[in-house]
Amino acid sequence: MADQTQFSLHDDSVVVIVGSGAGGGTLANELAQRGVKCVVLEAGKHYTPDDFENDEWAMFNKISWLDKRISAGGWHHTRTYPNLPAWIVKGVGGSTVHWSGVALRFQEHDFRTRTTYGAIEGANVLDWPITLAELEPYYDLAEKKMGVAGSKASGLPPMPPNNHYKVIEAGARKVGYKNIVRPAASNSKVYDGRPACQQIGFCMQGCKIGAKWSTLYTEVPRAQATGNVELRPESMVLQIQHDKDGRANGVLYVDGKGRRQLQKARVVCVAGNSIESPRLLLNSASGLFPNGLANSSGQVGRNYMNHATAAAVSIHKGPVYMYRGFDIAAVVADEVPLDTRRGFVGGYYLEGLALHLPYTAAFMKPGGWGRDFASALEMYDHMSCVWVCGEDLAREQNSITLHPTEKDQYGLPVPIVTKTYHENDDRITAHGLVQWRKLSEAVGATRVIDMPAYPASHNMGTNRMSAKAGDGVVNKWGQAHDVKNLFISDGSQFTSSSAANPTLTIVALAIRQAEHIAGAMQRREL
Amino acid sequence: MRNLNDNLAPGTMRVLDRRPTLQRRSFLRGGGLGAIGIAVIPAAGIAATKDVAARQSFRHLGAATGKTLVRMARDLYPHDKLADGFYLEAVAPYDAAAAKDKGVKSLLGEGVQDLDRRARQRHGVPYAEMKTEDERVALLKDIESTPFFKKVQGDLVTGLYNNKKLWPLFGYEGSSWQKGGYVNRGFDDIDWL
Repeated sequence: MADQTQFSLHDDSVVVIVGSGAGGGTLANELAQRGVKCVVLEAGKHYTPDDFENDEWAMFNKISWLDKRISAGGWHHTRTYPNLPAWIVKGVGGSTVHWSGVALRFQEHDFRTRTTYGAIEGANVLDWPITLAELEPYYDLAEKKMGVAGSKASGLPPMPPNNHYKVIEAGARKVGYKNIVRPAASNSKVYDGRPACQQIGFCMQGCKIGAKWSTLYTEVPRAQATGNVELRPESMVLQIQHDKDGRANGVLYVDGKGRRQLQKARVVCVAGNSIESPRLLLNSASGLFPNGLANSSGQVGRNYMNHATAAAVSIHKGPVYMYRGFDIAAVVADEVPLDTRRGFVGGYYLEGLALHLPYTAAFMKPGGWGRDFASALEMYDHMSCVWVCGEDLAREQNSITLHPTEKDQYGLPVPIVTKTYHENDDRITAHGLVQWRKLSEAVGATRVIDMPAYPASHNMGTNRMSAKAGDGVVNKWGQAHDVKNLFISDGSQFTSSSAANPTLTIVALAIRQAEHIAGAMQRREL
Repeated sequence: MRNLNDNLAPGTMRVLDRRPTLQRRSFLRGGGLGAIGIAVIPAAGIAATKDVAARQSFRHLGAATGKTLVRMARDLYPHDKLADGFYLEAVAPYDAAAAKDKGVKSLLGEGVQDLDRRARQRHGVPYAEMKTEDERVALLKDIESTPFFKKVQGDLVTGLYNNKKLWPLFGYEGSSWQKGGYVNRGFDDIDWL
């Protein structure tokens, strides 16, 4: 960590940011560029592209968040992945290290789901306190920052189609789909001081050459270079502390040597992804906040969303070699707009997403075996693969809660991730799989194998934005209703999931939040 | 060059030859796992080395248990063109694990014993000597919910398919950044659509 500024633990003028991913990393840089001093506490290690291997299992074991978690509720994960409800990264850069790179915007109605869908029985649907119009300028800034290929904001040409893209697109057009997109935050040309994509195909194992955007090698080092930011990896935050007036004033964490440290803070921003962020607030309960910090609404940890998802592989009549090239192939967007004639509210993307052989063997049919299984896997090089990504509805009972007795290696209660999908969610995934089958068979696929969803990589909603304090945790700025100098800066702010992968929206919100925080600090409002 | 079952005209796509090739060096290297690691050797030719390898590799679990685990592994994931060596390599680590951990030793030992008991009851011979795959699979289905089955099945998912030597036989090329990715190696050359 040479060459970065170091702040004293007693320096109470700093903004403390928990997490260095899409939210935390972006926020740190945006604040730093505006002269705001920050300490970034990252629970994970500081891996760099030198540590990346083109090897699915090696990287899974190296960078995934594998601290004990428990899956509960009606979703199949309770049986199939009982200790891996979510698949996120523990490391500097957070999940931007392993994300697929697809950068999609929300639609207009995604911010007004309660108004648009009405009250839905069994769901806790709510409008965001912001609109698409308000976020649009920040989407432009995010697309430019991240280098989204094919976007006007970046000026980058689209990523060149690979074989996997072509197979999916051909089938999609045959069944009448027209809106086939591929907004990829990966350099189709040299951009931002980083090389062009070489179609390596191990995007989800960390981009070896830095062509795919990640805060690890963009926002974080740039933030440090201003002299306004100190990054402390291997710093697991245990608790946010507050003064007698309920103002956050410090962050207690365990450092890389196992020592407890207390960093004083002027402002605290939490961006630990949607399981750790609410968990931290719950673990910060006190006399003044008996149900968890900033939790007078009871909504901290609730309304957990992770998209209605499913997957499938199709075996084609010729070789595809889906692993050759950028991991995201064609993305069919025709089913995203609202159309209740299909029998559900919301919509979904069909996202071509390549799996390599080891993951295909593990996820095609968990627990599967025998000749049926083996014969499918023998046709691996003829496969295309889809990830159905659909909107899932907020439900109060879908939640992050603390185990009453079991503790992890830091002495913190193990989080329980409870999820039961709504009927609407199931209708979306069922529809998506039927449509994928159709478009695969349209180009002569001989077998289509539906797969259960893999562990949730999109985690949202557990500290949601709301206009009224009783309905959520934060306001339109991601500022906690109960604690004025506490902010949520990751996807746990999301009030609805939309069908879009969350990263672009997290980055846009972080850019906007930084502007707000910096202005409020200058005006001494914070 | 196409895969045997593809009904397509010859084209310009960079297609991999998945047929296993005999690696002369490793074949001649002698006993142990290395000799049968990568090559496909006709079944008759491998019979002798199979028993030798099993005896060599299962000092703690015993040759009979080792042989049964190899048979069971292939029945779980039957790839007819895959040499026994891959299945042997996948279950061989159980022997060292059994030496270190009594729990593993009894789980596997008792699991095999139970499987053999069922085989003798139904077919008069232990599992590894049963001649019909369908009948062996039926027995495996009977024990599908047991911890023994789940361990062996679960471990094979990586034990088999995460073995780099196996990948070329499935048309998968593994690590790519060292070769400059696929931008110049046919990432977009599909020719049969």
